[in-house]
Amino acid sequence: MSARNTIIETVAKNKPALIPLPEMDFSQFETPVDLFEAFSKQLLVVGGRLIEMNDESGLSQLIQQEKSAGVNIINRVTNMGEPDVVPENAAALHAVDKAYISGAFGVAENGAIWVWESAMGQRILPFICQQLVLVLRRKQLVANMHLAYNRINVQEEGFGVFIAGPSKTADIEQSLVIGAHGPKALSVIILH
Amino acid sequence: MSKSHAALAAEFTADENRTDWHDETLWWVRQKRDKAVQQIPEWEILRQWASAIKEHTLSKLDEYLAIFEREAISNGIKVHWANDATAHNEIILKIIKEHSISKIVKSKSMLTEECHLNEYLHQSGIEVIDTDLGERIVQFRGEPPSHIVLPAIHLKKEDVSETFHEHLGTEKGNNDPQYLTESARTHLREKFIQSELAITGVNFAIAETGGFVVCTNEGNADMGAHAAKIHIACMGIEKIIPKAEHLGVFTRMLARSATGQAITTYTSHFHRPRPGQEMHIVIVNNGRSRQLGREDFRNSLKCIRCAACFNTCPVYRRSGGHSYHTAVAGPIGSILNPNLDMKANADLPFASTLCGSCTNVCPVKINIHEQLWKWRQVIAEEGLVAPSKKMSMQVLGYILSKPSLYRLIGKTGRWVLRHMPLLVKFKSLNPWYKQREMPEAPSESFRDWYKKNRRS
Repeated sequence: MSARNTIIETVAKNKPALIPLPEMDFSQFETPVDLFEAFSKQLLVVGGRLIEMNDESGLSQLIQQEKSAGVNIINRVTNMGEPDVVPENAAALHAVDKAYISGAFGVAENGAIWVWESAMGQRILPFICQQLVLVLRRKQLVANMHLAYNRINVQEEGFGVFIAGPSKTADIEQSLVIGAHGPKALSVIILH
Repeated sequence: MSKSHAALAAEFTADENRTDWHDETLWWVRQKRDKAVQQIPEWEILRQWASAIKEHTLSKLDEYLAIFEREAISNGIKVHWANDATAHNEIILKIIKEHSISKIVKSKSMLTEECHLNEYLHQSGIEVIDTDLGERIVQFRGEPPSHIVLPAIHLKKEDVSETFHEHLGTEKGNNDPQYLTESARTHLREKFIQSELAITGVNFAIAETGGFVVCTNEGNADMGAHAAKIHIACMGIEKIIPKAEHLGVFTRMLARSATGQAITTYTSHFHRPRPGQEMHIVIVNNGRSRQLGREDFRNSLKCIRCAACFNTCPVYRRSGGHSYHTAVAGPIGSILNPNLDMKANADLPFASTLCGSCTNVCPVKINIHEQLWKWRQVIAEEGLVAPSKKMSMQVLGYILSKPSLYRLIGKTGRWVLRHMPLLVKFKSLNPWYKQREMPEAPSESFRDWYKKNRRS
């Protein structure tokens, strides 16, 4: 018999009698009145930096300034013209100083932001860049992870990720170090 | 059996300062967990749901596994099944050989530790680079991880500095964690970019969508999986959850229980390989279906590997992860490992005070301390307890069943303590005395006192 059938049959034989799924009513949970305030607070806790802007024109100016100062930038933000094409080769992306990517929405309880593969161009971009900037509209916030999963259909794209702050580790004596393998900094630009 | 938990713990506690430091560091992590949990008023409801979702899943696990397989295949993922550790290792070796691959990175996966994948591939001349910082540190040192979330928690920064000086050429004596992490970052980024194949673990596998979720703080699973042309994700059969909405419950609990963070930095959802990439999932049994059939112990399969039970355990904190001589240490390991090999791990359920703190912090409500106690009974019935323990229990049982003998022994004991205290201070005969002073002997037993005083 194949390993598959052996496993499935042994599981079927040894499993307990049916136990029903719980009724989950998460609308009973208290949520913050001001999502923006709660999100901003959590973003700081996870090591992120908040930048507020009125609209894309300010952002566009900022990126132009950085580019002319010689910063290696990939800009994937939507509503700003054609997004930059992202090279497929990881070695080519290793040198990217800063990637600007549109987040789908943020989660107030933990400062995480959902990012779809389509927004990244290449899946590795938000991980390999030295600094990551995620761009969100102020109204794109949910209170908690229950509402977050309500909002997305996780298999809509091949890959998607919640990102909460810059990459970090505490594997040496529990000392927190920002910038393990991924970005050393995460900024979130909130457009009002 | 190789060395027992008690023998290995004695080696660890020989360095008293380090033992104290280990104890305090893990307790600090436990306190961070408490703070995070106290900010969630609905925590107990979430525990209830998490436990019930897992119990439901186990009661339909055969169906969910089949659904998961079907959906994953339709997502373009190649699904493999392994009934034991050897089969798991062989499947991975076969994929490596088919593609003539030599550069491999791996993020943290306790399952691959359980299966001893690295050693197996090493015997075939294939080297795997562990990319989690803590795992890379212990890999350089030729040690196994001592904790499932904090693999190098048994080491001080001076040890890491020495190790990195030897293997990465860092400055001798520079113990700054920032500097050491930066050196590892440079070293490992090179490995990521060169790697052809990435192995990751799985935190949650979603039956209805045929995808899986991997959680890290460092971003190493993503760096590996997105750079390599082949991604192999390894999962035990118990990683299944029915629906994506259930992730809402588990992602709220995992990091809070593990390190006191509200969520891990990266919670990555893989559903399809990227264009030109191959994605494999290896679904592993390795005794889990047997544990499912043990009514008293099946509950252990609800575990989400947060390690909250490690950090709170007074025995783990003071004996170190290596004293458990298995891939998964701590209280949960002590109820999982006897299922894998009861004889080799017969000592583990005794490495506990049965205080119940593990059960109290468990986010999926596993009755860990009760299962430890039940394993002790199974192990005794199987005749696997140490002869000294068995004999002393038999002697104690005999004495306790004979009241007059019990009274005589009590009297003799009090006399010996008073007049020949050295007799009980042979540490080999009386291990209790090792870290303690013997008590003052009372002048009479409670029974004698009661007989004198009850009428007055």
